[in-house]
Amino acid sequence: MSHEAVLHGDAHGHDDHGHHEHHDTFLTKYVFSQDHKMIAKQFLITGMVWAVLGGLMSVLFRLQLGYPDSTFPFLEDLLGKWGKGGRITPEAYYALVTTHGTVLVFFVLTAGLSGTFANFLIPLQVGARDMASPFMNMLSYWFFFAASIVMLSSMFVETGPFSGGWTAYPPLSALGDASPGSKTGMDLWIISMALFVVSSLLGGLNYIATILNMRTKGMSMTRLPLTIWALFFTAVLGVLSFPVLFSGFILLIFDRNFGTSFYLSDIFVNGVGALPNEGGSAILYQHLFWFLGHPEVYIILLPAMGMVSEILSINSRKPIFGYMAMIGSLFAIAILAFLVWAHHMFVTGLNPFLGSVFVLLTLLIAVPSAIKVFNWLTTLWRGNIRFTPAMLFAIGFVSLFISGGLTGIWLGNSALDIHLHDTYFVIAHFHIVMGVASMFGMFAGIYHWFPKMYGKQLNNTLGYIHFWVTIAGAYLIFWPMHYEGLAGMPRRYYDFSIWESFKQFGELNKFISLVSMIVFMVQLLFLFNFFYSIFKGRKLTNTNPWNATTLEWTTPINPGHGNWVGEIPEVHRWPYDYGKDGVDFIAQTTPVGADESQH
Amino acid sequence: MTMFLTIAVVVLIFVVIFQIAKASEYVSVLKGEEVSRKQNNKINGFLMVVFLVLGLVGVWYCNELLYDKTLLVQDAASVEGARVDSMLWVTLAVTGIVFIATQVILFVFAYKYQEDTNRKVVFFAHSTKLELIWTVIPAIALTVLVVIGLRNWFLFTGEPPKNAMVVEVTGKQFGWIYRYPGKDGSFGKKYYKNIDNASNSLGLIWDDELAQDDIVMEQTVYLIKGKPVKLVLGSRDVIHDVGLSHFRLKMDAVPGIPTTMWFTPKYTTKEMKELTGNPNFQYEISCDQMCGNGHYSMKGVIEVVDQEEFDAIMAKQKPYYYTAFPEKDPSAAPADTTVVAAAVVKNN
Repeated sequence: MSHEAVLHGDAHGHDDHGHHEHHDTFLTKYVFSQDHKMIAKQFLITGMVWAVLGGLMSVLFRLQLGYPDSTFPFLEDLLGKWGKGGRITPEAYYALVTTHGTVLVFFVLTAGLSGTFANFLIPLQVGARDMASPFMNMLSYWFFFAASIVMLSSMFVETGPFSGGWTAYPPLSALGDASPGSKTGMDLWIISMALFVVSSLLGGLNYIATILNMRTKGMSMTRLPLTIWALFFTAVLGVLSFPVLFSGFILLIFDRNFGTSFYLSDIFVNGVGALPNEGGSAILYQHLFWFLGHPEVYIILLPAMGMVSEILSINSRKPIFGYMAMIGSLFAIAILAFLVWAHHMFVTGLNPFLGSVFVLLTLLIAVPSAIKVFNWLTTLWRGNIRFTPAMLFAIGFVSLFISGGLTGIWLGNSALDIHLHDTYFVIAHFHIVMGVASMFGMFAGIYHWFPKMYGKQLNNTLGYIHFWVTIAGAYLIFWPMHYEGLAGMPRRYYDFSIWESFKQFGELNKFISLVSMIVFMVQLLFLFNFFYSIFKGRKLTNTNPWNATTLEWTTPINPGHGNWVGEIPEVHRWPYDYGKDGVDFIAQTTPVGADESQH
Repeated sequence: MTMFLTIAVVVLIFVVIFQIAKASEYVSVLKGEEVSRKQNNKINGFLMVVFLVLGLVGVWYCNELLYDKTLLVQDAASVEGARVDSMLWVTLAVTGIVFIATQVILFVFAYKYQEDTNRKVVFFAHSTKLELIWTVIPAIALTVLVVIGLRNWFLFTGEPPKNAMVVEVTGKQFGWIYRYPGKDGSFGKKYYKNIDNASNSLGLIWDDELAQDDIVMEQTVYLIKGKPVKLVLGSRDVIHDVGLSHFRLKMDAVPGIPTTMWFTPKYTTKEMKELTGNPNFQYEISCDQMCGNGHYSMKGVIEVVDQEEFDAIMAKQKPYYYTAFPEKDPSAAPADTTVVAAAVVKNN
């Protein structure tokens, strides 16, 4: 471990130390920072901006779904020609749905979640001064920022942003003549996603390198907190699967702009006529897309699982149950994540034998998932639970993960999927298990590590209100959608009024829209709590407010660039010595006593 | 105006909540952090049980309200769909038990093991036996579900019975085109570059004699009760999906790559009107794959009829060939021979 980069907090330090600190300008400290903690905050706040925008989009399209016959004059003020007469147009509806999906999956729950917590926690919990390459880390954020700007700019082009669904299946995404959103909006969408892939790769390589090479003395792999294990597998998944998505996008760019026929064949577009492209396969894209798309689900989920494991253990004042099984199940999930992508494609005309293999592998994931759930439950058993807001969100995560995970068993079985595919059942499933659950993991992480990030405390009462309204709201919104799915109601419909089979849910849609607005408002309350507390929150007086064992709580309340003043502490034990021999907690830095019991 | 009023009310509520939250923070400082923390812990512990009870009641209530609106209340309209339904019930039973058990355990544990200064926590870090139990039991349950699922899957995606009729369904933005093979029982060849919206919506190759008696229809497709039908799916432009919720099946329609699905309709449309008590009942084909801005309106209708009725309907249909070449229609006015000759030349 090199000590050259150490930046001491004390002004009496030798010239070699502290020397960067004197020259920190606003630009190097807050903008082009190479400090992993600042980069984490940049990811977090950019992610929050996107979460608000993405959430607002969902509220807007829920207006259409809940109140298809009403007009809202403010929509015309807000959206112009896209909200003509106070009604969202189909073009705008589909653009909102598409952007909501893209933004929430990639910008919020990938960059906002992994970007924030991998950056923040990896060096702090493995005992490193910073990432393996702080410069690459900074680039990772700025590529994400560029991706954000390009995506944002696509909202303002004449033909509208991309509107073919976040999965961007060609030929729809390849043909501007088939959908106005597939014109300039789609080019910008691809460019934005390409920048995003670069950002994830730069970040992911850094996370892996840091975890493998920069652990402090004594921090063997089996002494890593589960957060780090989860972030490690997440990074591996990202590094191995994002390039495949990238290749899929490159072929799409060629098909769109250079006349190739990778995905196009036998197409006649109304108003244009027959296209010259022959011999391509529209299904090829789906394989390339879902080869990332499915691991992506776990890229979103695993960090949340890791943080939840950590928070459940800390606040139960008990070790996590089955540490090795938790790592093993993470590993199993990570491997299986690469082998199940075609379960998104059961109804594409896939070879039935191939489909059956994917059924088997898909349902196999339920086994490691079940292990994780039971281990979390056992961690609570006979604990001494403190309901911090972080703990509430962690418990909420487990509840949602169970609810959404179980419907995965329905959808993963191809013979049922053939009925439920692309209905509201799927929307309910993935929003609960991946969307809301991961959001809960993210909230848990923010509530738990906010004191470390800003040296301040969040308001607990607001945290409690935030949790109870959000979990009740999440279930009220998504639970009834299972029933809509069981009626065969398809997703991505702008209006159901012409459908004899689906129009019976008008009242329910209204109810869901109403709840989603309330839940959105409560998220604003959380944001207010967050930003208010950064400036006006109560100052932290204790370096270790949760009585946790891990290394980040051995740093000063407001750690400088370099994290520890003086030597990096040495690690002597695993991170879950809670309640051992009747002692509330034993920090990882405490040497093993002679009379200590073995576990 | 209402807009401003709404915003004002929302802001007001925000301010009130925030003031309460802020005040509670001061109170906790006055009372002592430890005391108020324990109070909060009790409240949240209690809420855990409240949430569990309300949640389970809510699940029951939601079912009461919505069950009748789903397809679960009526028989699947296809023989194969009945298998989907029975599989659905088995899966519901398995996952339902796990759902209730684990949610109850989660929230009851949270309530029961809330902080209590008298309790000494158990240092319980692992147990191979327990972990084996909850690896093996889910694995067995899933094996059962996989076996049921795959048997159905291979049936659904396998070869249809020999007596199956064949209908071609082609998606386009935003509607469906159906083709029957006509009297010869075989479809003629087609090539997408021949497509012409006015007279050849599928791009049939007229030189192919098999194509000349093919019947093409839009809007409504007719199927026969009790007779297996194989649908050959395709698309003219982007990917669509033939969603048949009453038959419990769906399959994508992909440009350039034909796909197939088959099923056996069990009830005629008329019978379904009686069964569902809905005089407007229709077997709808919903497009289930995002296909553009008109996706939500891409509706087709299947009319299931008796064999006799079907024969009567088909007897009235003219081969599509005559739409392209009205002069060749024998039922029309006798054609001028020179025109026919010209058409043949043009065609070659």
